[in-house]
Amino acid sequence: MSDAPAFRLTDSTLRDGSHAIAHRFTVEQVTAIVSRLDVAGVPVIEVAHGDGLGGSSFNYGFSGTDEMDLVRAAVEARTQARIAILMLPGIGTREDLRRAADLGIDVARIATHCTEADIAEQHIGLAKELGLEAVGFLMLSHMISPEALLEQARKMASYGADCVYVVDSAGAMTIDDARRRVSLLADELDVDVGIHAHNNLSLAVANSMAALEEGAAQIDGCTTGLGAGAGNCPTEILVAAMQRSGIPTGVDPLAIMDAAEEVVRPVRPDQGIIDRDGLLLGYAGVYGSFLLHARRAAARYGVDVKDILLELGERRVVGGQEDMIIDVAVQLERRAAQARAGQDVGASA
Amino acid sequence: MTTPCAIVGSGNIGTDLLEKLLRSELLEPVAMVGIDPDSEGLARARARGVEATHDGVDWLLERASDVELVFEATSARVHRANAPRYEAAGLTAIDLTPARLGPSVVPSVNLRDHLDAPNVNLITCGGQATVPIVHAVARVCEVPYAEIVSTVASLSAGPGTRQNIDEFTQTTSSALVDVGGAQSGKAIIVLNPADPPILMRNTVFCALPDGYDEDAVGQSILDVVAEVSRHVPGYRLVSDPAFETDVYGTPGGVVPARVVTLLEVEGAGDYLPTYAGNLDIMTASAVGVGEELVRARQEVPA
Repeated sequence: MSDAPAFRLTDSTLRDGSHAIAHRFTVEQVTAIVSRLDVAGVPVIEVAHGDGLGGSSFNYGFSGTDEMDLVRAAVEARTQARIAILMLPGIGTREDLRRAADLGIDVARIATHCTEADIAEQHIGLAKELGLEAVGFLMLSHMISPEALLEQARKMASYGADCVYVVDSAGAMTIDDARRRVSLLADELDVDVGIHAHNNLSLAVANSMAALEEGAAQIDGCTTGLGAGAGNCPTEILVAAMQRSGIPTGVDPLAIMDAAEEVVRPVRPDQGIIDRDGLLLGYAGVYGSFLLHARRAAARYGVDVKDILLELGERRVVGGQEDMIIDVAVQLERRAAQARAGQDVGASA
Repeated sequence: MTTPCAIVGSGNIGTDLLEKLLRSELLEPVAMVGIDPDSEGLARARARGVEATHDGVDWLLERASDVELVFEATSARVHRANAPRYEAAGLTAIDLTPARLGPSVVPSVNLRDHLDAPNVNLITCGGQATVPIVHAVARVCEVPYAEIVSTVASLSAGPGTRQNIDEFTQTTSSALVDVGGAQSGKAIIVLNPADPPILMRNTVFCALPDGYDEDAVGQSILDVVAEVSRHVPGYRLVSDPAFETDVYGTPGGVVPARVVTLLEVEGAGDYLPTYAGNLDIMTASAVGVGEELVRARQEVPA
């Protein structure tokens, strides 16, 4: 561990992982997880509702515990790690950011859909004004070309972002997709570039390592992969793979493996299985956090979750449009009822 | 007899408003005020026989006696400067900017409470689209918490909206409570860049208390949609209100159910493209407010 880390790791178990457990993290879980990640040497730990500050809602799911209590617990439990939050303009507000700053966070990650960077100007500006490190987070980056992504990343950098992330929210990027985006941004921007990978195509670790080769300075993981959709880049696997490749991470591989097994795995023991629905999200390019909502809607309306996910992909919905899951489910139900009625008419005719 | 009106602001909103006012049987646009001599909106006004100037509001105030209503389609900053001058000149202001100087109004909901106000504001596009639904539910049962999601086409969200996105969420969520009648509220806005652009979508979630009457709530929503669509023809339900039961731990308390209302707003395509239902509902509501004010004044002769 004497070598300087080749990149800075942000563990988002307590933010992106919140999606995987319907935003039910408790203060006890946050304290335990932050303590173990902190001891293992993880430099940045993100805590918030899965959809960022202010995400607690009908549309995204209500938090089991007020996220500000979770942020406070994280700040109190860390010794060396920096505590980050995420917020999406349009969902959270600058007021939420101020409250988190008052609790002692260090990093504000401001997320927008990959074509809408300009709605983050005020929030990135406020983060800097509050003395925080600011990270711009371009969600669903697979949906636009590397050149178009660069244009948006430049905006975030111009607002003061210290780093801009290529965010593969759907886990839809191939290794080449990740390389081309990170490489262009790293070449053209004066600020750091990061990668946030999901594992729907089982490429999260590979994409993160490819991103590092292309110049990424920051990489996200979630311990055990706990996260939206098929899960994220598993922190402990990323660290182990980097170590095996001779790349210093600053994180103790055995300590992070133990943390994953002992404090995160119990939160959701089946994390890491890429089932059909998780794979479909990556295949159809659909925002990962739609998964549990789509399953609930499928059960409620008696329709197939696969049909919901494919239709969402067709409609090119973006992050935040969870309400469209209900819309799609209701329409599929209606179509099925009409088809049945049509058959009845046909049978009697 | 028609009531003479002026439009201040000759951009997209002012120009779309002009087209709608020209169709009104109660209101007559007699002046359009801008600051840019090359404005397309001003040229269009002149072509329609409406007097237009780029000399700003001073010009209008010199002719204040010829006008009764003024529609402000500039910016919050400009409206803050203009509003006291309108009032001093005896002009009633209908404010389409986010300045929020006068009471917030939705034509089908609470305008009747503010007929004498010298200045009324139209909240936000999301507010115009969703507050009526919250009101529809709140008039038949308690709404401990209401939440709305407005999704608009990226192309229809101008720099003003983008740089002040918190203003949208905060103003709209206040209106869910103050005008809609919910006990607490939250508003979310999402921009969608899909090409071709999507129509404006709004989803309204209302928390329902124990013992709610599904038929009464559903019927009230249908009635309100019909009412709103009288002044905003492209306003419609995508499907019947969906009643979902579960245990919801809302900010207004734990409730056993919610009603989800899925709405779409297609613009009339007067000046703005049809996908920009978010802008159309503002101009259409502004005309609705103006017409209702005029009707009320005619009912009660001074």
